Amino acid sequence: MTPAEIEKIFRDEAGRALATLIRLVGDFDLAEEVLQEAFAVALERWPEAASPSNPRAWLVNVARNKAIDRVRRQINFRSKQQQLTHEIELDAQASDETGDTTLDDDMLRLIFTCCHPALATDVQIALTLRTVCGLTTAQIARAFLVSEDAMARRLVRAKQKIRLAGIPYEVPERDALAPRLNGVLAVIYLVFTEGYAATSGEALMRPDLAQEAIRLGRLLDALMPRRGETKGLLALMLLHDARRAGRATESGDIVLLEEQDRSLWDRSQIAEGVKLVENALAIPGRPQTYAVQAAIAALHAQAPSYQATDWPQIAGLYEVLLRISPTPVIELNHAAAISMVDGPARALALIDALAARGKLDGYELLPAVRADLLRRLGRHAAAREAYLAATEATQLEPLRRLYARRLAELDEQAS
Amino acid sequence: MQYLLMIYRNEAELGKMDAAARKAMTAEYGVFTQSIIQSGHFKAGDGLQPTSTATTIRVRDGKTLTTDGPFAETREQLGGYYLIEAKDLDTALSIAARIPGARTGSIEVRPIMIYD
Repeated sequence: MTPAEIEKIFRDEAGRALATLIRLVGDFDLAEEVLQEAFAVALERWPEAASPSNPRAWLVNVARNKAIDRVRRQINFRSKQQQLTHEIELDAQASDETGDTTLDDDMLRLIFTCCHPALATDVQIALTLRTVCGLTTAQIARAFLVSEDAMARRLVRAKQKIRLAGIPYEVPERDALAPRLNGVLAVIYLVFTEGYAATSGEALMRPDLAQEAIRLGRLLDALMPRRGETKGLLALMLLHDARRAGRATESGDIVLLEEQDRSLWDRSQIAEGVKLVENALAIPGRPQTYAVQAAIAALHAQAPSYQATDWPQIAGLYEVLLRISPTPVIELNHAAAISMVDGPARALALIDALAARGKLDGYELLPAVRADLLRRLGRHAAAREAYLAATEATQLEPLRRLYARRLAELDEQAS
Repeated sequence: MQYLLMIYRNEAELGKMDAAARKAMTAEYGVFTQSIIQSGHFKAGDGLQPTSTATTIRVRDGKTLTTDGPFAETREQLGGYYLIEAKDLDTALSIAARIPGARTGSIEVRPIMIYD
């Protein structure tokens, strides 16, 4: 086996091997360290000898033995460790079937533990990317624009809390499962949105984060295949991501949906997303937020043009979303869809009524949506004012450039 | 593992309760305490007199400084605790969520430190 082939096996197997090791040794740090040691042994041995038929089981076994050795070395110092070694060995006997079901269960345990609500959301995200996705601390730090030191400290504190507070390494049961699964999905979606629509910085998108989120979504859907909300989220991410190539120019300027070159969209990914939406909506039960959002994304992705989009159905789906969970962003998107069905005047009245009731307070895209409607209504002075407010409200450079372009167009029409 | 469940609530709000409401709350705590004694989770538990009865002391350079009142002025005050035995944090959190005071105040859940 070549070193490159070995590296690939490590990348593919690291998450699952780690998940099982954490269960066996009962400690995140020890599991990470002994897995690294097992990788080192593999790099030495695999090039010459015939590689093991089940590399993951091989890695887990070697790492587990390393853990037992380490604990044994410490026994003289601490009598309590004796019991721990005993437990590791017992576990080892019990779980010699390193079968796929056991490993799948371990992977789920790892995901649910990393996304435990006793950890702050940003900590859940960092820990998931580090342990489940296998990103390095440096990569995660870069993605979230914090120093590597700060990110390392955040991860250390998280693992400490898991150990000291007794956060269980388990998939929650029955009643607790649905709310906890929603927490996991929220983490995955946050990773995706940070990758798809960065909240600050120079670049509009960070595709690496979006790809990791999609990978997590696929993993979770494979592990819990009968969950409509998981399928819905995966579909939503695939459909948004399929339009990535059309969303920005080569120089990093934003291209709005109405101006995008639809031939750049990834048709096979759209087809996959559409099929998943259909599957998600076919699962009995109340419609789930992600599945409905994905259905809207599917209508956009399949439309031949902006004008020829099925706007009445999109407006209807936003109304369904408003009944499930009314948020400012859904209110605004609903109004935008209404503007395509009943015209911008109706949409503007809707938004201004919502704003008057304080329903859109602090939502930074509000001035941008108003500006667009005012522009389409030909109310240039008011539109100008709204674009200036929108520029103030955003931290994102590509959006600022878009508003500057709009302002220039308004000036041109005025002169 | 052992966890300390600290019950924080707003004393001023509590002071506004009438006698009947107080009685109902005491009864509710009684039922809850019995239930965790029966399930084997209970180790200890008490209510505290209000912070108006608190005295805080600090020893600096060998001198004892005594002040009237709690350690810190906060919106919610520590009003009682349970010490419980639970297999993990999820179990401790689900017990904490059943404390009557969780519906109006806050319960802070802290693992007990083990020295080895």
